[in-house]
Amino acid sequence: MGIAVNPLITMVLRRIALSVLLLAAISVLIFAGTELLPGDVAQSILGQTATPEALANLRAELGLDRPAHQRYLGWLTSFLQGDMGTSLTAGQDIASMISGRLGNTLFLAGWAALIAVPLAIFLGLVAVHYRDGFVDKLISYTTLAAISLPEFFIGYVLVYLFAVTWNILPSHAIVYSGMPFAERMAAIALPCATLTLVVLAHMMRMTRAALLNVMSSPYMETATLKGLPPFRIVFHHALPNAISPIITVVVLNLAYLVVGVVVVEIIFVYPGMGQLLVDHVVKRDVPVVQSAGLVFAAIFILLNMIADILSILANPRLRHPQ
Amino acid sequence: MTDEANSLSRREFLRGAAGAGVTAAMAGSAIARAEQPLKGGHLVLGLGGGATTDSYDPATYTGPVPINYGRLWGENLIDTNETGDGLMLVLAESYEAIQGTRVWRFTIRRGIEFHNGQPLTADDVVKSLQRHSDENSQSPAFGVLRAIESIRQESSHSLIITLKDGNADLPYLLTEYHLIIQPGGGYDDPAAGIGTGPYQVEVAEHGVRHLFRKFPRYWRDDVGHVDSVELLVINDRTARASALQSGRVHMINLIDPKTARLLGRHPRVSIQASPGRGHYEFYMRTDTPPFDNLDVRLALKFAIDRKEMVKRILHGYGSIGNDFPINNAYPLFPDDIPQRHYDPDKAAFHMRKSGHTGPILLRTSDAAFAGAVDAATLYQQHAARAGIELQIKREPADGFFNNVWNVEPFVASYWGGRPVQDLMYSVGYKSDADWNETRWQRPEFDRLLLQARGELDETKRKGIYRQMALMVRDDGGVIIPMFSHFIDAVSTNVRGYVRDGAMELSNGLAPIRCWLS
Repeated sequence: MGIAVNPLITMVLRRIALSVLLLAAISVLIFAGTELLPGDVAQSILGQTATPEALANLRAELGLDRPAHQRYLGWLTSFLQGDMGTSLTAGQDIASMISGRLGNTLFLAGWAALIAVPLAIFLGLVAVHYRDGFVDKLISYTTLAAISLPEFFIGYVLVYLFAVTWNILPSHAIVYSGMPFAERMAAIALPCATLTLVVLAHMMRMTRAALLNVMSSPYMETATLKGLPPFRIVFHHALPNAISPIITVVVLNLAYLVVGVVVVEIIFVYPGMGQLLVDHVVKRDVPVVQSAGLVFAAIFILLNMIADILSILANPRLRHPQ
Repeated sequence: MTDEANSLSRREFLRGAAGAGVTAAMAGSAIARAEQPLKGGHLVLGLGGGATTDSYDPATYTGPVPINYGRLWGENLIDTNETGDGLMLVLAESYEAIQGTRVWRFTIRRGIEFHNGQPLTADDVVKSLQRHSDENSQSPAFGVLRAIESIRQESSHSLIITLKDGNADLPYLLTEYHLIIQPGGGYDDPAAGIGTGPYQVEVAEHGVRHLFRKFPRYWRDDVGHVDSVELLVINDRTARASALQSGRVHMINLIDPKTARLLGRHPRVSIQASPGRGHYEFYMRTDTPPFDNLDVRLALKFAIDRKEMVKRILHGYGSIGNDFPINNAYPLFPDDIPQRHYDPDKAAFHMRKSGHTGPILLRTSDAAFAGAVDAATLYQQHAARAGIELQIKREPADGFFNNVWNVEPFVASYWGGRPVQDLMYSVGYKSDADWNETRWQRPEFDRLLLQARGELDETKRKGIYRQMALMVRDDGGVIIPMFSHFIDAVSTNVRGYVRDGAMELSNGLAPIRCWLS
C-alpha cells in the first residue's frame, strides 16, 4: 500500500499545480472576454441618458481610465493577497457577496444531488435487473425524455402544474437568511425537481451500461449458476467492479449541478451564483465576474480531480500499478 | 377639505396661488374615494428590472426596482398629480416664483420626521438638491438641475432657488424621481435608505428581496395603508406572471403586451394599462445624407403605418404618434395638430422628388425597445408598398446605447418621456442638446423654447408649444409611430389602483396608494 499511495500523491500534487496554472489562464480569458464586450461599467451604471460629464467622473473614480493590462495586474496582485476587491457597481465586498450566493447554490445543488444520485443508481440497478423488459424500457424512455427537454421547459411545466394550476408549491424560489427551514425546502422543491430530472438520465444510463458490461463477464455466469440471489449478484459482485465509470459520471453531474444551474436559477429566481454572475456580466462589473468565474472554474476542476482520484481508488488495477 | 382642492391645477400654480391653504392630504383618487381604504396586511410585489448591483443611493437609480423602492422610503418636494396634468405638494408646503421665473421660494412642511428621528428642515432639502446638482455629481438628475445657479437656505423651513435663466417649469423639474430628500442631503451615507417615506427599510438584499415596515410616525394618512411591503426581484417575465397567478405576489410590472390579454383572463388577475409619455421612434440624422433632404424625411414619415404598429407591436396597449414627442399625457399638449397617416403615394412622391434612389439602412435592436426588431421589419414592409427599400441591420443589444444610438444616422430608439414639454425638447431637440439624436438645428426652434420657458401666460405658452410641435413634425428628423402604455398586473384583492401614466405601477406609488381587501 505504501508504494501504491506515493504515485497517487504525486498525481494529486501534479494535478493541483496544473489547476493553478489553468485558473490563471481562465482569469486572463474572463478578463479579456469582458473587455471585448461592447459598453463599459460606467455606461451601464448611468444608463442611456448619462451625461458625458457624469461618465467621465465615474470612469475616473472607478479607475477605468487606466489601460486594461494595468487593471488586470492590479486585480491579480490584490487577489493573490486574498483580497477579491469590491464590486464596481454597488461598492460591496465581493468575498462576502459571493460567499452568501455560493452557499445558496451549494444548498440547492446539494439537495438535488442527495435526491438525484441515489435515485439514479437505484433506477440503474432496477433497469439492469429487468433488462430489456417493460420496466427497463419505461425507466430508459422517461429519463431520456427528461434529459432531452431543456431545463427551462421542464421548469415551466412544473411551475404551471404545481404552482399555477394546483397551487401547492411556490412558483419562485426566493430564499433569504432567517427563512424557516420548512419554507426554504418548499421554496427549492421545484428547482430541485427540475435539476434532478435533468441529471438523472446521464447517471442512470451510465450505471446501467457499466453494470451490463460487467454482467456479461464469465464470473457473473458462475455466480448465477452458483445459485446466488439476483440482487446479491448485482449489488455485491457487479457493482463494485462497475463503480469506477459510475463515480466519474456522478461527479461530473455534481459539477454540472453547481456550475450549470444558471438557467434554473433564472427561471426560479433563485439567489445563487448564476444570477449573481449574469447580473454582473450585464453591468460589466469585471472584478465580480472574475471572482465568480474563478470560483466556478475552481469547483469544476476540483470535482474533476476528485472524480479521477476516486476512480483510481475504486479500481484495484489502477490502485496497484504493476 | 376636498381632494380636488388639494390637487393644484397648472393654472393655479402659474397664477402664483400655489400652496395657499394646501395641507397634507393630496392623493385622493376617484377610485379611492369610492371605497374606504382598509388598513393593514402584507403587500408583496414581484418586480422585474432589479439587480444585485442596485443601491439605495438615489443618485444611482436607473431601473424600475430602485425607482419603486425609492417611492417607499423617500419623498420628493413635489410630485406630479394622479392625472398627470398638474402637481401635488409633498414635502413642500408651498412655493412661489418671487422674481419672474428665475428666483423661487419653497416652504417646507413642519413636523415631518426622518426614519432616524431627525426632523426635516430646509437644510436637508438644500443639501439633497445640491448633491444632485454638483458638477462632480454622477446623478442622472444633473442634466435636469443644470439650469440651477444657486440653492440657499432662507430660514429653517424655506429655501430660495435661483436659476441661470427663467423657467416656469422649475416645480416640475423637482418631481424627478432621483430627487429624494435625505437627512443632511445624504452626503454622509447616500445609500442608507433613510427618508421621510411611509415605509422604512427592514431588509435589503439587492437583486433578491426587500422588506419595508410602516414608519409609525409617518405624516400622511391617505397613503401607506398596508403594514408591510415586500418587494421580490423577479426578472424573468414568466416567473413574474406565474407568481401572480399562483397568488404569491399581489402586483407585477413590465408585462409583455403580447401576453397581457392572456394573463388578464386569469380569474385572480387584472391588467392595469396606463397611457404614458414613453414613445418608440426611428430617428434620422438631418446632417447626414440622404436624411439631410427634407423630402427623404417626409417620404419616410409617410411610409409608416402607425395604426398597424400599435396593433402588432403594442397589441393595442398604446396610441399612435404624430412625429413629435408630445402626447396628451403632457400639460399644454397641442391637441389640434392634424394626425399624419400612412400614405404610400405621398411617400413615393416625396422620395421621387428628393432624387434619392437605392436602399436605406435602418439599424435596430431589441435594446432600443421591446419589439424594435419586429417593428423595423414591419416598417420595411410598409415602406416597400411605397417603393422604398429599407435594409434592416440588427445590432447587438450590448452597448447599443453606447455605440449605435446617437451615433448612426437611422436608428430605432426609445424615450421614456419627461414631465413637461420644455424638458423633453430641451434634452432631445434643442440644437445643442447632448441627445439631439437627429442633429436637427433650428435657431428659431431654440428661440421659441426659451420664450416658452419664461412665459407665464398659459394660452400663449400653449401656442408656442404648438408652433414647436409643428416644426418638429414637418421638418424634424424623427419618426414617432407610437406612444406606449405602462402595463402592470395586480391581483383582484388589490384595491385603490390609480392609472397614473407618469411611470409604471401608478407612478411607482401603487404600493402606497393601494390596500388589500
